[in-house]
Amino acid sequence: MYNRAVQITYRDRQYETKPNITARDAIKKIGLDPEAVLVVVNGKLMTDDVVLREGDEVRLVAVVSGGNF
Amino acid sequence: MKCRKCGASAIINMRHHKLALCGEHYEEWVLAQTDRAIDKYKMFTRDDRVLVAVSGGKDSLSLWDVLLRLGYQADGLYIGLGINAPLPYSDASLDKTRQFVDGGQWAVGSSDDTRDASRITHHVSLFTPTLRIVDIQAAYGRTIPEIARAKMRGQGKPCAACGLTKRYVMNRLALEKGYTVLATGHNLDDEIAVLFQNTLRWQTGYLARQAPVLLASRAGLVKKVKPFCRFYERETATYALTRGIEYIYDECPHAVGNLTNFYKTLLNQLETESPGAKLSFYLEFLRARGEGAFEQFNQVETLHACEICGQPTSAPGRCAFCRMWDVSAIV
Repeated sequence: MYNRAVQITYRDRQYETKPNITARDAIKKIGLDPEAVLVVVNGKLMTDDVVLREGDEVRLVAVVSGGNF
Repeated sequence: MKCRKCGASAIINMRHHKLALCGEHYEEWVLAQTDRAIDKYKMFTRDDRVLVAVSGGKDSLSLWDVLLRLGYQADGLYIGLGINAPLPYSDASLDKTRQFVDGGQWAVGSSDDTRDASRITHHVSLFTPTLRIVDIQAAYGRTIPEIARAKMRGQGKPCAACGLTKRYVMNRLALEKGYTVLATGHNLDDEIAVLFQNTLRWQTGYLARQAPVLLASRAGLVKKVKPFCRFYERETATYALTRGIEYIYDECPHAVGNLTNFYKTLLNQLETESPGAKLSFYLEFLRARGEGAFEQFNQVETLHACEICGQPTSAPGRCAFCRMWDVSAIV
Protein backbone atom coordinates (compact mmCIF):
# COMPACT_ATOMS: atom_id res chain seq x y z
CA MET A 1 0.00 0.00 0.00
CA TYR A 2 1.19 3.50 -0.80
CA ASN A 3 0.15 6.92 0.42
CA ARG A 4 -2.06 8.41 -2.29
CA ALA A 5 -1.35 5.48 -4.55
CA VAL A 6 -2.37 5.35 -8.19
CA GLN A 7 -5.55 3.33 -8.64
CA ILE A 8 -5.65 1.15 -11.73
CA THR A 9 -8.70 -0.68 -13.06
CA TYR A 10 -8.43 -3.39 -15.68
CA ARG A 11 -11.58 -5.30 -16.62
CA ASP A 12 -13.14 -5.98 -13.21
CA ARG A 13 -9.88 -5.97 -11.25
CA GLN A 14 -8.33 -3.24 -9.13
CA TYR A 15 -4.61 -2.60 -8.78
CA GLU A 16 -2.51 -0.03 -6.94
CA THR A 17 0.90 1.25 -7.83
CA LYS A 18 3.26 3.87 -6.53
CA PRO A 19 3.13 7.28 -8.21
CA ASN A 20 5.75 8.87 -10.46
CA ILE A 21 6.17 5.97 -12.86
CA THR A 22 4.99 5.85 -16.45
CA ALA A 23 1.77 4.11 -17.37
CA ARG A 24 3.82 1.78 -19.56
CA ASP A 25 5.90 0.67 -16.57
CA ALA A 26 2.77 0.27 -14.45
CA ILE A 27 1.17 -1.89 -17.16
CA LYS A 28 4.22 -4.13 -17.25
CA LYS A 29 4.30 -4.31 -13.46
CA ILE A 30 0.84 -5.77 -13.28
CA GLY A 31 1.75 -8.32 -15.93
CA LEU A 32 0.05 -6.91 -19.01
CA ASP A 33 1.41 -6.21 -22.47
CA PRO A 34 1.41 -2.45 -23.25
CA GLU A 35 0.43 -3.32 -26.82
CA ALA A 36 -2.79 -4.93 -25.62
CA VAL A 37 -4.29 -2.07 -23.58
CA LEU A 38 -5.18 1.60 -23.91
CA VAL A 39 -4.59 4.04 -21.05
CA VAL A 40 -7.34 6.32 -19.73
CA VAL A 41 -6.14 8.66 -16.94
CA ASN A 42 -8.78 10.58 -15.01
CA GLY A 43 -11.20 10.00 -17.88
CA LYS A 44 -8.84 11.05 -20.68
CA LEU A 45 -7.23 8.80 -23.27
CA MET A 46 -3.44 9.21 -23.08
CA THR A 47 -0.26 7.70 -24.48
CA ASP A 48 1.49 5.25 -22.19
CA ASP A 49 4.51 7.48 -21.58
CA VAL A 50 2.38 9.61 -19.25
CA VAL A 51 3.78 9.80 -15.71
CA LEU A 52 1.17 8.74 -13.16
CA ARG A 53 0.72 11.10 -10.24
CA GLU A 54 -0.62 10.68 -6.71
CA GLY A 55 -4.34 10.13 -6.71
CA ASP A 56 -4.65 9.46 -10.46
CA GLU A 57 -7.41 7.10 -11.47
CA VAL A 58 -6.30 4.92 -14.34
CA ARG A 59 -8.49 2.67 -16.45
CA LEU A 60 -6.83 0.19 -18.79
CA VAL A 61 -9.01 -0.74 -21.75
CA ALA A 62 -8.34 -4.11 -23.36
CA VAL A 63 -8.01 -3.67 -27.11
CA VAL A 64 -9.29 -7.19 -27.79
CA SER A 65 -13.01 -7.09 -27.21
CA GLY A 66 -16.41 -7.34 -28.74
CA GLY A 67 -17.82 -9.48 -31.47
CA ASN A 68 -16.29 -11.01 -34.52
CA PHE A 69 -17.22 -10.38 -38.12
CA MET B 1 3.83 13.03 -25.83
CA LYS B 2 2.72 15.69 -28.30
CA CYS B 3 0.68 15.48 -31.48
CA ARG B 4 3.01 15.71 -34.44
CA LYS B 5 0.59 17.98 -36.30
CA CYS B 6 -0.46 20.54 -33.69
CA GLY B 7 1.55 19.99 -30.52
CA ALA B 8 -1.47 19.21 -28.34
CA SER B 9 -1.42 16.19 -26.02
CA ALA B 10 -1.37 12.99 -28.04
CA ILE B 11 -3.92 10.24 -27.39
CA ILE B 12 -2.11 7.60 -29.41
CA ASN B 13 1.46 6.81 -30.30
CA MET B 14 1.76 4.53 -33.32
CA ARG B 15 5.33 3.37 -32.98
CA HIS B 16 5.15 1.41 -36.26
CA HIS B 17 4.36 4.66 -38.09
CA LYS B 18 6.54 6.85 -35.80
CA LEU B 19 3.42 8.98 -35.43
CA ALA B 20 1.70 10.41 -32.34
CA LEU B 21 -1.59 12.28 -32.77
CA CYS B 22 -4.19 14.16 -30.74
CA GLY B 23 -7.87 13.15 -30.91
CA GLU B 24 -8.81 15.56 -33.65
CA HIS B 25 -5.90 14.68 -35.92
CA TYR B 26 -6.23 10.99 -35.15
CA GLU B 27 -9.83 10.99 -36.39
CA GLU B 28 -8.73 12.73 -39.57
CA TRP B 29 -5.91 10.23 -40.02
CA VAL B 30 -8.27 7.24 -39.64
CA LEU B 31 -10.70 8.68 -42.17
CA ALA B 32 -7.93 9.39 -44.68
CA GLN B 33 -6.27 6.00 -44.23
CA THR B 34 -9.57 4.17 -44.64
CA ASP B 35 -10.41 6.06 -47.81
CA ARG B 36 -6.91 5.34 -49.11
CA ALA B 37 -7.30 1.59 -48.45
CA ILE B 38 -10.71 1.54 -50.14
CA ASP B 39 -9.15 3.18 -53.19
CA LYS B 40 -5.88 1.21 -53.20
CA TYR B 41 -7.58 -2.18 -53.08
CA LYS B 42 -10.49 -1.06 -55.34
CA MET B 43 -13.04 -2.01 -52.70
CA PHE B 44 -15.97 0.19 -53.72
CA THR B 45 -17.00 3.68 -54.77
CA ARG B 46 -19.58 6.15 -53.51
CA ASP B 47 -22.03 4.72 -56.09
CA ASP B 48 -21.97 1.31 -54.43
CA ARG B 49 -24.51 0.20 -51.86
CA VAL B 50 -22.43 -1.17 -48.99
CA LEU B 51 -23.69 -3.51 -46.30
CA VAL B 52 -21.59 -3.42 -43.12
CA ALA B 53 -21.71 -6.49 -40.89
CA VAL B 54 -22.07 -5.08 -37.38
CA SER B 55 -21.63 -7.05 -34.17
CA GLY B 56 -21.79 -4.28 -31.57
CA GLY B 57 -18.00 -4.42 -31.23
CA LYS B 58 -15.50 -1.60 -31.69
CA ASP B 59 -14.32 -2.64 -35.15
CA SER B 60 -17.63 -2.99 -36.94
CA LEU B 61 -19.28 0.05 -35.33
CA SER B 62 -16.20 2.17 -36.01
CA LEU B 63 -16.13 0.97 -39.62
CA TRP B 64 -19.79 1.88 -40.09
CA ASP B 65 -19.14 5.28 -38.52
CA VAL B 66 -16.12 5.95 -40.75
CA LEU B 67 -17.87 4.88 -43.97
CA LEU B 68 -20.83 7.14 -43.22
CA ARG B 69 -18.56 10.07 -42.41
CA LEU B 70 -16.72 9.50 -45.68
CA GLY B 71 -20.00 9.73 -47.58
CA TYR B 72 -20.55 6.10 -48.52
CA GLN B 73 -24.03 4.58 -48.71
CA ALA B 74 -23.53 2.14 -45.87
CA ASP B 75 -26.30 0.19 -44.17
CA GLY B 76 -25.74 -2.22 -41.29
CA LEU B 77 -26.56 -5.89 -40.81
CA TYR B 78 -26.80 -7.32 -37.31
CA ILE B 79 -27.21 -11.07 -36.92
CA GLY B 80 -28.81 -12.17 -33.65
CA LEU B 81 -26.99 -15.37 -32.70
CA GLY B 82 -28.82 -16.07 -29.44
CA ILE B 83 -25.61 -16.33 -27.38
CA ASN B 84 -27.00 -15.28 -24.01
CA ALA B 85 -25.36 -17.62 -21.53
CA PRO B 86 -23.55 -17.28 -19.20
CA LEU B 87 -23.83 -13.58 -20.08
CA PRO B 88 -26.49 -11.86 -22.24
CA TYR B 89 -23.87 -11.30 -24.93
CA SER B 90 -26.12 -11.16 -28.00
CA ASP B 91 -28.73 -8.98 -26.31
CA ALA B 92 -26.05 -6.54 -25.14
CA SER B 93 -24.46 -6.49 -28.61
CA LEU B 94 -27.76 -5.60 -30.23
CA ASP B 95 -28.33 -2.86 -27.65
CA LYS B 96 -24.97 -1.28 -28.50
CA THR B 97 -25.70 -1.49 -32.21
CA ARG B 98 -29.14 0.07 -31.83
CA GLN B 99 -27.68 2.75 -29.57
CA PHE B 100 -25.21 3.66 -32.30
CA VAL B 101 -27.71 3.96 -35.11
CA ASP B 102 -30.67 5.35 -33.17
CA GLY B 103 -28.49 7.83 -31.34
CA GLY B 104 -27.30 9.33 -34.60
CA GLN B 105 -23.67 9.00 -33.51
CA TRP B 106 -22.62 8.70 -37.14
CA ALA B 107 -24.13 12.11 -37.94
CA VAL B 108 -21.80 13.93 -35.56
CA GLY B 109 -18.66 15.40 -37.09
CA SER B 110 -16.50 15.11 -34.02
CA SER B 111 -16.78 14.03 -30.42
CA ASP B 112 -14.64 16.99 -29.40
CA ASP B 113 -16.85 19.97 -28.60
CA THR B 114 -13.89 22.28 -28.40
CA ARG B 115 -12.78 21.96 -31.99
CA ASP B 116 -13.22 24.69 -34.51
CA ALA B 117 -16.89 24.84 -35.51
CA SER B 118 -16.00 25.31 -39.16
CA ARG B 119 -14.40 21.86 -39.19
CA ILE B 120 -17.44 20.08 -37.78
CA THR B 121 -19.13 20.32 -41.16
CA HIS B 122 -16.46 17.99 -42.51
CA HIS B 123 -17.23 14.31 -42.51
CA VAL B 124 -20.88 14.56 -41.55
CA SER B 125 -22.99 11.93 -43.27
CA LEU B 126 -25.94 13.02 -45.38
CA PHE B 127 -27.01 9.41 -45.87
CA THR B 128 -29.50 7.97 -43.38
CA PRO B 129 -28.43 4.41 -42.65
CA THR B 130 -30.71 1.44 -42.14
CA LEU B 131 -30.00 -1.27 -39.60
CA ARG B 132 -31.12 -4.67 -40.85
CA ILE B 133 -31.54 -7.37 -38.23
CA VAL B 134 -31.70 -11.11 -38.80
CA ASP B 135 -32.60 -13.07 -35.69
CA ILE B 136 -31.36 -16.62 -36.21
CA GLN B 137 -33.77 -18.23 -33.76
CA ALA B 138 -36.76 -16.46 -35.27
CA ALA B 139 -35.70 -17.36 -38.78
CA TYR B 140 -34.48 -20.93 -38.29
CA GLY B 141 -35.98 -22.10 -34.99
CA ARG B 142 -32.84 -22.44 -32.87
CA THR B 143 -30.04 -20.33 -31.48
CA ILE B 144 -26.40 -20.86 -32.43
CA PRO B 145 -25.57 -22.66 -29.14
CA GLU B 146 -28.60 -24.92 -29.64
CA ILE B 147 -27.76 -25.86 -33.24
CA ALA B 148 -24.12 -26.36 -32.26
CA ARG B 149 -25.07 -28.81 -29.53
CA ALA B 150 -27.32 -30.71 -31.91
CA LYS B 151 -24.90 -31.05 -34.82
CA MET B 152 -21.47 -32.58 -35.42
CA ARG B 153 -20.18 -29.28 -36.83
CA GLY B 154 -20.67 -27.51 -33.54
CA GLN B 155 -19.72 -30.11 -30.98
CA GLY B 156 -17.22 -28.83 -28.46
CA LYS B 157 -17.26 -25.25 -29.71
CA PRO B 158 -20.04 -23.47 -31.59
CA CYS B 159 -17.64 -21.23 -33.55
CA ALA B 160 -17.74 -23.37 -36.70
CA ALA B 161 -21.55 -23.42 -36.75
CA CYS B 162 -21.60 -19.70 -35.99
CA GLY B 163 -19.15 -18.85 -38.77
CA LEU B 164 -20.99 -20.90 -41.37
CA THR B 165 -24.31 -19.32 -40.40
CA LYS B 166 -22.99 -15.75 -40.43
CA ARG B 167 -21.25 -16.15 -43.81
CA TYR B 168 -24.42 -17.62 -45.31
CA VAL B 169 -26.78 -14.97 -43.93
CA MET B 170 -24.48 -12.08 -44.84
CA ASN B 171 -24.03 -13.27 -48.42
CA ARG B 172 -27.67 -14.12 -49.00
CA LEU B 173 -29.11 -10.95 -47.49
CA ALA B 174 -26.62 -8.72 -49.31
CA LEU B 175 -27.59 -10.23 -52.65
CA GLU B 176 -31.32 -10.29 -51.96
CA LYS B 177 -31.37 -6.64 -50.89
CA GLY B 178 -29.30 -5.43 -53.80
CA TYR B 179 -26.04 -4.53 -52.02
CA THR B 180 -22.98 -4.58 -54.22
CA VAL B 181 -20.44 -4.98 -51.42
CA LEU B 182 -20.30 -6.58 -47.97
CA ALA B 183 -17.85 -4.87 -45.60
CA THR B 184 -16.53 -6.43 -42.41
CA GLY B 185 -14.54 -4.83 -39.59
CA HIS B 186 -11.55 -7.17 -39.65
CA ASN B 187 -8.47 -5.32 -38.40
CA LEU B 188 -4.80 -6.11 -38.95
CA ASP B 189 -4.56 -8.17 -35.75
CA ASP B 190 -7.45 -10.33 -36.95
CA GLU B 191 -5.78 -10.77 -40.31
CA ILE B 192 -2.33 -11.65 -39.04
CA ALA B 193 -3.68 -14.07 -36.42
CA VAL B 194 -5.25 -16.03 -39.28
CA LEU B 195 -2.15 -15.56 -41.42
CA PHE B 196 0.06 -16.82 -38.57
CA GLN B 197 -2.13 -19.88 -38.07
CA ASN B 198 -2.20 -20.70 -41.77
CA THR B 199 1.55 -20.19 -42.06
CA LEU B 200 2.28 -22.45 -39.08
CA ARG B 201 0.29 -25.18 -40.79
CA TRP B 202 1.29 -24.23 -44.36
CA GLN B 203 -2.34 -24.08 -45.36
CA THR B 204 -1.43 -22.86 -48.82
CA GLY B 205 -4.98 -22.88 -50.13
CA TYR B 206 -6.10 -20.57 -47.32
CA LEU B 207 -3.05 -18.36 -47.80
CA ALA B 208 -3.93 -18.01 -51.49
CA ARG B 209 -7.41 -16.78 -50.62
CA GLN B 210 -6.61 -14.34 -47.79
CA ALA B 211 -6.95 -10.79 -49.11
CA PRO B 212 -8.46 -7.37 -48.35
CA VAL B 213 -10.96 -8.02 -51.16
CA LEU B 214 -12.74 -11.18 -52.20
CA LEU B 215 -14.29 -10.53 -55.56
CA ALA B 216 -17.79 -11.65 -56.49
CA SER B 217 -16.15 -14.11 -58.84
CA ARG B 218 -19.21 -16.31 -59.32
CA ALA B 219 -22.92 -15.86 -59.54
CA GLY B 220 -24.44 -15.95 -56.06
CA LEU B 221 -21.40 -14.53 -54.26
CA VAL B 222 -21.25 -10.94 -53.08
CA LYS B 223 -17.98 -8.98 -53.11
CA LYS B 224 -16.44 -8.92 -49.62
CA VAL B 225 -14.06 -6.23 -48.37
CA LYS B 226 -12.09 -5.37 -45.22
CA PRO B 227 -11.43 -1.61 -45.18
CA PHE B 228 -9.80 -1.72 -41.70
CA CYS B 229 -7.31 -4.48 -42.58
CA ARG B 230 -4.30 -2.16 -42.15
CA PHE B 231 -5.32 -0.79 -38.72
CA TYR B 232 -3.98 -2.33 -35.54
CA GLU B 233 -6.63 -3.42 -33.07
CA ARG B 234 -5.51 -0.69 -30.63
CA GLU B 235 -6.13 1.84 -33.40
CA THR B 236 -9.75 0.83 -33.97
CA ALA B 237 -10.32 0.77 -30.19
CA THR B 238 -8.79 4.25 -29.92
CA TYR B 239 -11.05 5.52 -32.69
CA ALA B 240 -14.14 4.10 -30.95
CA LEU B 241 -13.15 5.69 -27.64
CA THR B 242 -12.33 9.09 -29.08
CA ARG B 243 -15.59 9.11 -31.03
CA GLY B 244 -17.57 8.14 -27.95
CA ILE B 245 -18.92 5.02 -29.63
CA GLU B 246 -20.42 2.72 -27.01
CA TYR B 247 -19.35 -0.80 -27.93
CA ILE B 248 -19.44 -4.15 -26.21
CA TYR B 249 -16.25 -4.64 -24.19
CA ASP B 250 -16.84 -8.29 -23.39
CA GLU B 251 -15.61 -10.87 -25.79
CA CYS B 252 -17.96 -13.51 -27.13
CA PRO B 253 -17.96 -16.13 -24.32
CA HIS B 254 -17.10 -18.80 -26.85
CA ALA B 255 -14.06 -16.86 -28.09
CA VAL B 256 -12.40 -16.54 -24.69
CA GLY B 257 -9.19 -18.54 -24.66
CA ASN B 258 -9.41 -19.55 -28.30
CA LEU B 259 -6.42 -20.06 -30.55
CA THR B 260 -6.89 -16.79 -32.43
CA ASN B 261 -6.60 -14.78 -29.21
CA PHE B 262 -3.54 -16.80 -28.21
CA TYR B 263 -1.86 -15.92 -31.52
CA LYS B 264 -2.82 -12.27 -31.03
CA THR B 265 -1.11 -12.33 -27.63
CA LEU B 266 2.06 -13.81 -29.12
CA LEU B 267 2.10 -11.31 -31.96
CA ASN B 268 1.59 -8.41 -29.55
CA GLN B 269 4.61 -9.59 -27.56
CA LEU B 270 6.58 -9.54 -30.80
CA GLU B 271 5.30 -6.05 -31.59
CA THR B 272 6.27 -4.77 -28.14
CA GLU B 273 9.86 -5.87 -28.70
CA SER B 274 9.94 -5.00 -32.38
CA PRO B 275 7.57 -2.17 -33.34
CA GLY B 276 6.21 -2.61 -36.84
CA ALA B 277 6.60 -6.39 -36.88
CA LYS B 278 2.85 -6.97 -37.24
CA LEU B 279 2.41 -4.45 -40.04
CA SER B 280 5.44 -5.79 -41.88
CA PHE B 281 4.22 -9.39 -41.56
CA TYR B 282 0.91 -8.47 -43.19
CA LEU B 283 2.13 -6.08 -45.87
CA GLU B 284 4.96 -8.38 -46.96
CA PHE B 285 2.45 -11.23 -47.19
CA LEU B 286 0.21 -9.10 -49.40
CA ARG B 287 3.22 -8.16 -51.54
CA ALA B 288 4.24 -11.81 -51.99
CA ARG B 289 0.66 -12.78 -52.71
CA GLY B 290 0.36 -9.97 -55.24
CA GLU B 291 3.49 -11.25 -56.96
CA GLY B 292 1.84 -14.64 -57.36
CA ALA B 293 3.64 -16.56 -54.60
CA PHE B 294 0.47 -18.51 -53.80
CA GLU B 295 -1.21 -18.48 -57.21
CA GLN B 296 -0.56 -22.17 -57.86
CA PHE B 297 -2.55 -23.01 -54.73
CA ASN B 298 -5.57 -20.90 -55.66
CA GLN B 299 -7.67 -23.69 -57.04
CA VAL B 300 -10.96 -22.70 -58.60
CA GLU B 301 -13.71 -24.91 -57.23
CA THR B 302 -16.68 -25.90 -59.31
CA LEU B 303 -19.73 -24.46 -57.59
CA HIS B 304 -23.29 -25.67 -57.76
CA ALA B 305 -26.55 -24.03 -56.78
CA CYS B 306 -28.02 -25.46 -53.55
CA GLU B 307 -31.15 -27.40 -54.43
CA ILE B 308 -33.01 -25.71 -51.54
CA CYS B 309 -31.87 -22.11 -51.32
CA GLY B 310 -29.92 -21.60 -54.56
CA GLN B 311 -26.80 -20.32 -52.78
CA PRO B 312 -23.44 -21.51 -54.16
CA THR B 313 -22.10 -24.78 -52.75
CA SER B 314 -19.08 -26.92 -53.57
CA ALA B 315 -21.01 -30.20 -53.75
CA PRO B 316 -24.26 -30.91 -55.62
CA GLY B 317 -27.39 -31.15 -53.47
CA ARG B 318 -28.03 -29.15 -50.32
CA CYS B 319 -25.45 -26.62 -49.17
CA ALA B 320 -23.70 -26.95 -45.80
CA PHE B 321 -26.02 -24.36 -44.26
CA CYS B 322 -29.23 -26.11 -45.34
CA ARG B 323 -27.83 -29.46 -44.21
CA MET B 324 -26.85 -28.12 -40.79
CA TRP B 325 -30.13 -26.32 -40.20
CA ASP B 326 -32.22 -29.15 -41.76
CA VAL B 327 -33.73 -26.67 -44.18
CA SER B 328 -36.02 -28.52 -46.56
CA ALA B 329 -37.75 -25.53 -48.14
CA ILE B 330 -36.63 -21.98 -48.68
CA VAL B 331 -37.35 -19.64 -45.76
